[in-house]
Amino acid sequence: MRIKFDVSALRRTRWYEYALRFFFGGAVTVAAGLIAKAYGPVFGGLFLAFPAIFPASATLVQKHETEKKRKAGIIDNNRGRKAAALDARGAALGSVGLACFGITLWRLLPRWNAGLSLVAALALWLVISLLLWQLRRMHFGKQRVVHGAST
Amino acid sequence: MQIAFRFFVGGLVVSFFAAIGDALKPKSFAGLFGAAPSVALATIGMTVVTDGKAYAALEARSMIVGACAFFIYGCLCMRLMAKRQMGATAVTVSALAIWLACAVGGWFVFLR
Repeated sequence: MRIKFDVSALRRTRWYEYALRFFFGGAVTVAAGLIAKAYGPVFGGLFLAFPAIFPASATLVQKHETEKKRKAGIIDNNRGRKAAALDARGAALGSVGLACFGITLWRLLPRWNAGLSLVAALALWLVISLLLWQLRRMHFGKQRVVHGAST
Repeated sequence: MQIAFRFFVGGLVVSFFAAIGDALKPKSFAGLFGAAPSVALATIGMTVVTDGKAYAALEARSMIVGACAFFIYGCLCMRLMAKRQMGATAVTVSALAIWLACAVGGWFVFLR
């Protein structure tokens, strides 16, 4: 399956869903700062990798997928749940990229300009995440071909 | 004032990455953006300005442990939704306790 950027999917998201994510994102960012102030940067830093986006996005994926099937006359809650499970698989792969983001910042920040370090870390997060996703897709693509040949 | 600014920037960055994830297909690819470094991007810049680069680098080192906890959290959510037929909201919210336990456990073992 090809990677697509579907702008119409943004219109399916309701205003209160955007507001909820904005509020939750803001609250987590403030909480991460307050925890670092209270308990120090070593403990507070853990919360920089808090799953701030994932719970809301997985819920929306399930909801939108179920609604789409319902509009097509198909009553099947499993489809929505499976789409959310796929979203979780992607998030697990992305978390490896997130660890690389942390490693890059940790090593570069004391030596480089802060802005440049952030850009380098963000680029590495994207590259590692894309690479892992592509590798996983190639691996499972091959497995499907083998299964197809054997049956 | 600083808290309000942090709240606004955090909300904006998280919403931005979430919107990218919404528009992307296939869903396994869009999921990558569920683990985007949104909180870190919103926080690190301000931390460098207020507390310095050494302080921010320490936070980034701890973030590696938080990301490992995220990996366990993501795998668990995937497993529960795919195999146990549990709803996304219940799974992703209740499994945050697992993320917290793994992150604090990792901090206790490796960073304390």
